[in-house]
Order: sequence, then structure tokens, then C-alpha cells
Amino acid sequence: MLQRLLSGDTPRSRVLAAVLVAILFGLLLTPFVFPGTRSLDVAAKVMVFILLVASYDLLLGYTGIVSFAHTMFFGIGAYGVGIAATRLGPTWVGLALGAAAALALSAVLALAVGLLSLRVRAIFFAMITLAVASFFQILASQLSWLTGGEDGLNFRLPEVLRDRLVSYYAVFGVVLALFLALLRVVNSPFGRVLLSIRENEFRAEAIGSRTVFYRTAANCIAALGATVAGILYAVWLRYTGPDTTLSFNIMIDILLMVVIGGMGTLYGAVLGATLFVVAQNYLQDLMKLASAALAGVPLLPSLLHPDRWLLWLGVLFILCVYYFPSGIVGKLRAGR
Amino acid sequence: MNAARRFDWMPLALVGAVLLAALPLVGSASTWVTLTVAGLAMGMMVYMMASGLTLVFGLMDVMNFAHGAFISVGAYAAASVLLALHGRMEQPSLAANLSAMLPAALAAIVLAGALGLFFERVVIRPVYGDHLKQILVTMGGLIVCEQLIHVVWGPDQIPLPRAASLAGSITFGDVAIERYRLLAVLVGLAVFAAMWLLLARTRIGLLIRAGVENAEMVESLGYRIRRLFVGVFVAGSGLAGLGGVMWAMYQESVNAQMGMQMMVVIFIVIIIGGLGSVGGCFVGALLVGLLANYIGYVAPKLALGSNILLMVLVLLWRPNGLYPVGKS
Repeated sequence: MLQRLLSGDTPRSRVLAAVLVAILFGLLLTPFVFPGTRSLDVAAKVMVFILLVASYDLLLGYTGIVSFAHTMFFGIGAYGVGIAATRLGPTWVGLALGAAAALALSAVLALAVGLLSLRVRAIFFAMITLAVASFFQILASQLSWLTGGEDGLNFRLPEVLRDRLVSYYAVFGVVLALFLALLRVVNSPFGRVLLSIRENEFRAEAIGSRTVFYRTAANCIAALGATVAGILYAVWLRYTGPDTTLSFNIMIDILLMVVIGGMGTLYGAVLGATLFVVAQNYLQDLMKLASAALAGVPLLPSLLHPDRWLLWLGVLFILCVYYFPSGIVGKLRAGR
Repeated sequence: MNAARRFDWMPLALVGAVLLAALPLVGSASTWVTLTVAGLAMGMMVYMMASGLTLVFGLMDVMNFAHGAFISVGAYAAASVLLALHGRMEQPSLAANLSAMLPAALAAIVLAGALGLFFERVVIRPVYGDHLKQILVTMGGLIVCEQLIHVVWGPDQIPLPRAASLAGSITFGDVAIERYRLLAVLVGLAVFAAMWLLLARTRIGLLIRAGVENAEMVESLGYRIRRLFVGVFVAGSGLAGLGGVMWAMYQESVNAQMGMQMMVVIFIVIIIGGLGSVGGCFVGALLVGLLANYIGYVAPKLALGSNILLMVLVLLWRPNGLYPVGKS
């Protein structure tokens, strides 16, 4: 049963399994164990980012292509719900229409970008997605009559979803279901072809897989995953804006989460997202203490300033790429 | 490959066509001249920042996403010098202003070049031949550099007043041209001319061009392509620093994100030009600069998308860029 649910891709390490179970139950029980707005917000953000990062891992870890447009699809999902809810009012029809339109737009865009640039080379795709995503970000902040510009959109949702507990478990359910679905995708024959493309594109093509088709399909699936994550985030926050969904900083966060957690393992996405979001919210308090304690020493306090936490994650990121390309998960699996 | 390949005039003709087509659309000749100079100035600055990146890619197949960090670091280094010498900047004579700006530019080139050397040695060397890791590692480098800039220079943006003799504009009849833009065009042309002379008329240039065509062959003839590459990388980083200074003085402020923001334009330019082609990079930068200014004037709503639109159109016409480089 569990084997089937996990598509035969078990954690393969006792420690990893224990950590995953702890995260699962932690998220499941957060509303009861740690009641309070902040911990609930952190837990919801962890879940949304698990989905976002897992779908990105399908591209980066499994197919071996770097995209910088993942936040664009995240933003499309969030803005789809946001715009529909502000225009059509807090109805289920509006929510469904917004979500459907966002998913359709994401699929079309992912297809277009993929067909335009995935035929050439990985590096080309990275550059083009960067350009397209930055264009989209500017577009969202300029079309203020539609998107609310820099301020973003505050909107209301149907009655039922206004209850924090209901929306929390709605997010939980969707993320869990889609995570298992992604696990199914990467362990299917389709996923094997993606892996073969990552390992040796030329050989994959020679064996008879049309690599452009597979890459574009992976790009579309990842884009849809990110869109759903965006929809969930908008539903949870009842707000969307350029800084929460579209900004380039989020793209960097996603990259950090995938690499630190472990590329090419979906469980890495779970670990990476959980660690990162928790660190983002609680590590800064720690750094503030350290920075205050070292007040007399030159340079050290400014290096440990709470705003500089990205510096240390950046260093960790580079070290991970060099020394632990399979991240925490790879490390745990190797050392069982 | 045909050695006596004829020079491809089509992309240059495209620049000419853009210039001519803009004239009736803009309407008045004096505005057209102003916009053209502004576009050329922007193009030259982007060219300075982008040329090193495209050459490094052509020579060694390395795409450095941290190139933007060199731009920011150069701009910050120059800002420190300029703030220290602000007395000379406020005097109305050009000589006094230049005596502050030259050391500033020098500081930018040296610091950005040194950072480039460090980067090549420590960050990029272990990941040759692996594009995926290159992108990831250099992105990480960019994050760390941006954060270090915050540590060293503080998190706020630094205002950078323009030199007294370069503020304002010169007028010929009813044509007004900002002085600083003229300076930017002059510096850009000088850099382009120097680069062209180096590449086309010297032995080192010959080796670089040969390396872009076929690096293994150059190696087997007994030249150390690695040294050549380090040199090009450092020079490219220095140029990015210089471009950063020019851009910062043009914007009259410096912030840590400017490098990353410029990277988007730079990528578009080198994609348009053809990855690895310096000439293509020059033409691409001119096209981007000119179009941004014309469209910004004729249809401001479209200005944001003009770069992307240009890129898509060029790629539909020539999928490998204006001047595709032999190996790919």
C-alpha cells in the first residue's frame, strides 16, 4: 500500500524516513500543537514551497534544465485567483475560473517558451527564461488597473475558505496529493526518459526518444505544478503582489531549496523547503542575538547581521553544488 | 569553413533601417537626433558590459551568471573614489572633473578585474564543461557578491551626483544633447576600437579568434589556451566594471541590484548578437539601445516589451543570432 502510494520510490534511509514522517505529522498537526498565526503561516508557506520546489526539481534535478521562469508560473497562479476574486467577487465560480485561466495560460506559455528555446541548448533556455520572467514581472507591476501594481491585490474568498483551519487543510490535501502525483511521474517510464536525457542527451535521442518533446512536456508539467502552488498561496494569504510571488528573490530561494535539499530527489524538495522557510523565519532571530553578542568585534557583526543570512545560504549553496550535488538527501542515503 | 567569407552586412543594414524608420515615426528631426544619441549612449554602455561575457562564452564555453556582480562591484568601487574626491567633481572645469573620474574608472576596472581573477580561479575552474553546474555556481556567486556589497558598502543606495561640467546639455540650433551621453558614446567607441584592433591586428587577438573557432587546435599548436582564457576573463570583468561606472554615473546612483537588473538586458543583447560574437554583441547593443529610446518616445506603453519583442523577431529571422559563431 505504502509502496504503491510512494510509487516504489521509498526514502531508502532510516534517518530520512524519520525526518519525512516528522515533517508530515508536524505539518498535519501544526494547527493543534503550535496554535498561533505565525506558526500557522510558516507551516502553510512550507507546504506551498514544497510543491513549488518539487515541481522545479522535475526540471532541474530530473531533466537537467535550468529555468528562471518558475516564479513567473507561480505568479500566474496567484494572480489568476487574485484577479478573478477581485473582478467576480468571492464566489466558487470566480475561484474556479481564475484557477482554470491561470493553468491554461501557464500551459500555453510553457509550451511556447519550451518550443522556442529548448531545441537549442540548456544555457540558451536559462537565459531566455530569465528575460521572459523579468519582462513578466515588469508587466505585472505596470498593468496596475488589472494587477494592483506594486501594492498587489487584497481579495475575499468564498465563506468556507475564510476559516483558517479549512483553508490550511485544503492546502495540505492538495500539496500531498500533487506531491504523490509528481512522485508517480518521476518514477514512470516518462521519468526514466527524463533521467536519460539528463545523463546523456545524445544517447537518449539515438535510442529514439524525441528529447525536445520530453523536455517541453517536463517544462509544462513543472509550470502547472508551480501554478497550482501559486493558486494555493493566494488562497492562503488572500493577497497577491509582485514581492510575494513574482520577485526574482523567490527564484533564488527556490534554487537554494532544491540544491540544499538535493537535486533529483523529490524528498529533497521537502527537506529543502522546510529547512529554508523555517530558517528564513527563525534563523534571523538567532543571528540577531549573535550579532549583538559580537558588537565590539570589527566586521563580524555586519557579517552576522540578520539581513545577511542570504550570504551564508549562498556560500552553503556553492559548497553544495561542488561537494554534495545530491544535497542532504544524497548525504543521508549514502550514510545509512 | 571558407576563410574568405564575405562580411555579412545584413545586421548593419538592419540598424540603418531602424534609424531611418524611426525618423518619420518620431516626426521632428531635432527630437530624432536627441533620441538617437541617447540610444547610442545606452547601446555603448550595454556593449561595454556585455562584450566580456560573450567573448568568454565563445572562447571557453562558460556562461557566467555572476557577470552582473562585476558591474555592481565596479560601480561601488568608483562611487567610493568619487565620494572621496567630490571636491574635484564639483568644480566646473572638465579637467578637474576628469581628474576625479579617471581614478574612479581605474579603481572600478582594477577591482572588477581582480574579482574576475578570483572568480575564475575559485568558482568557475572546477565546473568547466558542465553548463548546469556553471549556471548554479555562478548564480550562487552572484548572491554572495551582492550580499558582500551590502556588508562592505551598506544596504542603502548611494547617490552619485554627475560631474559639474557634464551636467546639462549642449544645444545646436534646436537639438539638445546631454553632455554625459556624448561622453558615454566616445568612451564606448574607444573601447570598441581598441577591442577591434586587439582582436584583428595583434598576435594575441589572432590566438583569441582562433580559440573561439577551435580551442583544441590552438592547444595542440603549443599555445596555452588557459592563460589566454584567464586574460580574457579578467579583461572582460574589468570592462564590466567600467560599464558599471558609466551606467552608475548615467543613473546618478548605485545600488547592489543594478548588476542583476542589467544582466537581463545583457543576455538579450548577446542572444541577439549570437553567443560568442563580439561584433554581434556590438550590433545587438546598438539595436537594443536605439529601439528602447525610440519606442519609449513613440509608444511608451510598448517600451517595456521592446527588448523581448526584438529578441523574438531576431531569433525567428536567425535562430542562432545575428552573427552565429562557427561552433555550437
